[in-house]
Amino acid sequence: MEELDRKPKTSDDDHVDELLNRDYEAGFVTDIESESLPPGLDEGVIREISKRKEEPEFMLEFRLNAYRDWLKMTEPEWAHVNYEKVDYQSISYFSAPKLNDGPKSLDEVDPELLATYEKLGISLKEQEVLAGVQGAPKVAVDAVFDSVSVATTFKETLNEAGVIFCPISEACREHPELVQKYLGTVVPTSDNFFAALNSAVFSDGSFVYIPEGVRCPMELSTYFRINAANTGQFERTIIIADKGSYVSYLEGCTAPMRDENQLHAAVVELVALDDAEIKYSTVQNWYPGDENGKGGIYNFVTKRADCRGVNSKVSWTQVETGSAITWKYPSCILTGDNSVGEFYSVAVTNKRQEADTGTKMIHVGKNTRSTVISKGISAGRSNNSYRGLIKILPNAEGARNYTQCDSLLMGDQCGAHTFPYIEGKNPTAQVEHEATTSKISEDQLFYCLQRGLSEEDAVGLIVNGFCKEVMKNLPMEFAVEAQKLLGISLEGSVG
Amino acid sequence: MLKIENLHASVGDKAILKGINLEVKPGEVHAIMGPNGSGKSTLSYVLAGRDGYEVTDGSVTYNGEDLIEKDADERACDGIYLAFQYPVEIPGVSNSYFLRAAVNAQRKHRGEDELDAMGFLKLAREKAKLLELPDNLMHRPVNVGFSGGEKKRNEIFHMAVLEPQLCLLDETDSGLDIDALKTVANGVNSLRSPDRAMIVVTHYQRLLDYIVPDQVHVLSGGKIVKSGDKDLAKQLEAEGYGDLVAA
Ligand SMILES: Nc1ncnc2c1ncn2[C@@H]1O[C@H](COP(=O)(O)OP(=O)(O)O)[C@@H](O)[C@H]1O
Ligand SMILES: [Mg+2]
Repeated sequence: MEELDRKPKTSDDDHVDELLNRDYEAGFVTDIESESLPPGLDEGVIREISKRKEEPEFMLEFRLNAYRDWLKMTEPEWAHVNYEKVDYQSISYFSAPKLNDGPKSLDEVDPELLATYEKLGISLKEQEVLAGVQGAPKVAVDAVFDSVSVATTFKETLNEAGVIFCPISEACREHPELVQKYLGTVVPTSDNFFAALNSAVFSDGSFVYIPEGVRCPMELSTYFRINAANTGQFERTIIIADKGSYVSYLEGCTAPMRDENQLHAAVVELVALDDAEIKYSTVQNWYPGDENGKGGIYNFVTKRADCRGVNSKVSWTQVETGSAITWKYPSCILTGDNSVGEFYSVAVTNKRQEADTGTKMIHVGKNTRSTVISKGISAGRSNNSYRGLIKILPNAEGARNYTQCDSLLMGDQCGAHTFPYIEGKNPTAQVEHEATTSKISEDQLFYCLQRGLSEEDAVGLIVNGFCKEVMKNLPMEFAVEAQKLLGISLEGSVG
Repeated sequence: MLKIENLHASVGDKAILKGINLEVKPGEVHAIMGPNGSGKSTLSYVLAGRDGYEVTDGSVTYNGEDLIEKDADERACDGIYLAFQYPVEIPGVSNSYFLRAAVNAQRKHRGEDELDAMGFLKLAREKAKLLELPDNLMHRPVNVGFSGGEKKRNEIFHMAVLEPQLCLLDETDSGLDIDALKTVANGVNSLRSPDRAMIVVTHYQRLLDYIVPDQVHVLSGGKIVKSGDKDLAKQLEAEGYGDLVAA
């Protein structure tokens, strides 16, 4: 499985393209190859991972505790999907990419997949990487991006500001005190089956620390890492915004990929201290599988923010169009008084996709506020569920929540479901919930066609209008990309 | 420009148009009048190519080509414009964004360069002035929360910007007060030209005081039961559809 994290186009892109197209240094591949472990999972493997990553002792303990928790847990069941269980002993938990089983050239790649890449404006060279063509710089890209040469441009700026932005393994070595202080404090190892597994074996991910009073001088994104086959299934991301700081973080997985059903079990932990703000945006367009539900990614992700400080704020904005199965509830624990949690989401399902997404807003502190805007679009024979929990704890005097869930149906074989759960333990709290379900009307479609728009453009336009309140929270360039994705993922679903 | 011969059309199982003949030449304005339910909107939809409006007999040629074969968006790009009796709301999509997308789709179809934001704005401003369209209507979502009059005015605004060859106006006058009617009529009149034709569908004669037609047709029961010049409209106003409709 490859995974391309993309960031919005910037002037740096030419530079990046250049690097992508550059031949990689010889000798590199063998280095990587020597790093992989055989498939299977036991304590020995975990010790080995930790050793090879030269981790401090506390990390090994963290992993082993998580592993022991995991052994006691059972994998959750999904009643409504044929979810083929993953054989956890067949995965290599510390692995190099499979180098020799890809197609030999783009000619061997499914034309339908290439057509999708075309539409996304992905360059030929990038297409090779994504399609896993043999000899494409799939490993080199990783290395190039991690190498000092690319990193310097933005690293210098970040360094000057005192911002730490590095791979999580580097953080474990270079900033162990920060990692130890925050790792697992938002998502404990025993939180759920996938979080426990992730905690035991994660090898990849980003670490961000914004020091007190600093407004991060640029949007941070994971574009600078491309993960090669079979890695990156267990990413771990930690973002800490210290007092009075601000950061906007973009997570893009907008490259569709062809794959066997594959598990992706990431954990993201955000911590916002007093007066700090974190904006976390995701555009996810993994391969959703075909009409018959074959292939596609299982996306089981634990994303949680702790608004630990007073007046702190976290916004999750996500546009989800991919994955065969998505199970994802970015959440906010509003611990600090006056803290604010926001969740803006667009989830598109088509063909046989199953999405079960939503959010949890846990109001702990006084006068905490949360806003949830969820837009679900279902087409084909897919099912799209919103599941939201608003929990008001006894001390959350004056807490307020506003939730709006809108569903748009395309065709009559798809489903949209809304499950709002409200647990209120404080009589001064106000919780509001609104929900609508609509269809793209024939009137709207004909009106657009009559003005000369093609059906595809018309659908894209209407859908984007439907999602406007969410899209406007995305950084500009990201929004453009997200709009394109909506059009593509819904192509052919009307008429 | 447009030649309709023995046109029969149905919606679902219901036959609505039952043998319409009509020829429209460049520069002409034809009025189609008739009581509610006589098939006026159906005729507009059939010409614009709406899905579900099936031609069961007869033919329609437009600029020498068979129109029936073409999809609605292609017809629009070929210069057929329908001002809707009930303009449709598109939440979240600004009127100017929508219209620019339409303009560029049509330009692309004709092999012309797309208009950039500035170029479009210039064009739109000019036409908006013609129709005294309040600036905020450009930026609000398409037809959402527009008053009845604003919706109709917006239809003619779209038309002015798209500069079609054949304009179908479906009851553009309904819901307009007299001042708005005059503004809209002025807008329409300013678009009259020797190579543009119009079919103006209306229930009332009033609009035709301002947009003076070359020919007037009375539609009843899915057929044209009478044709004449502009005086026919006046006569209908005085005498009602009475006998014609009974026929
Ligand atoms: N979608 C439809 N399904 C069934 N009948 C329809 C439909 N649209 C119009 N009709 C019928 O066709 C006839 C003509 O309607 P219409 O063209 O709207 O008339 P007008 O515009 O002249 O008032 C009416 O009897 C109307 O009820
Ligand atoms: Mg009508």
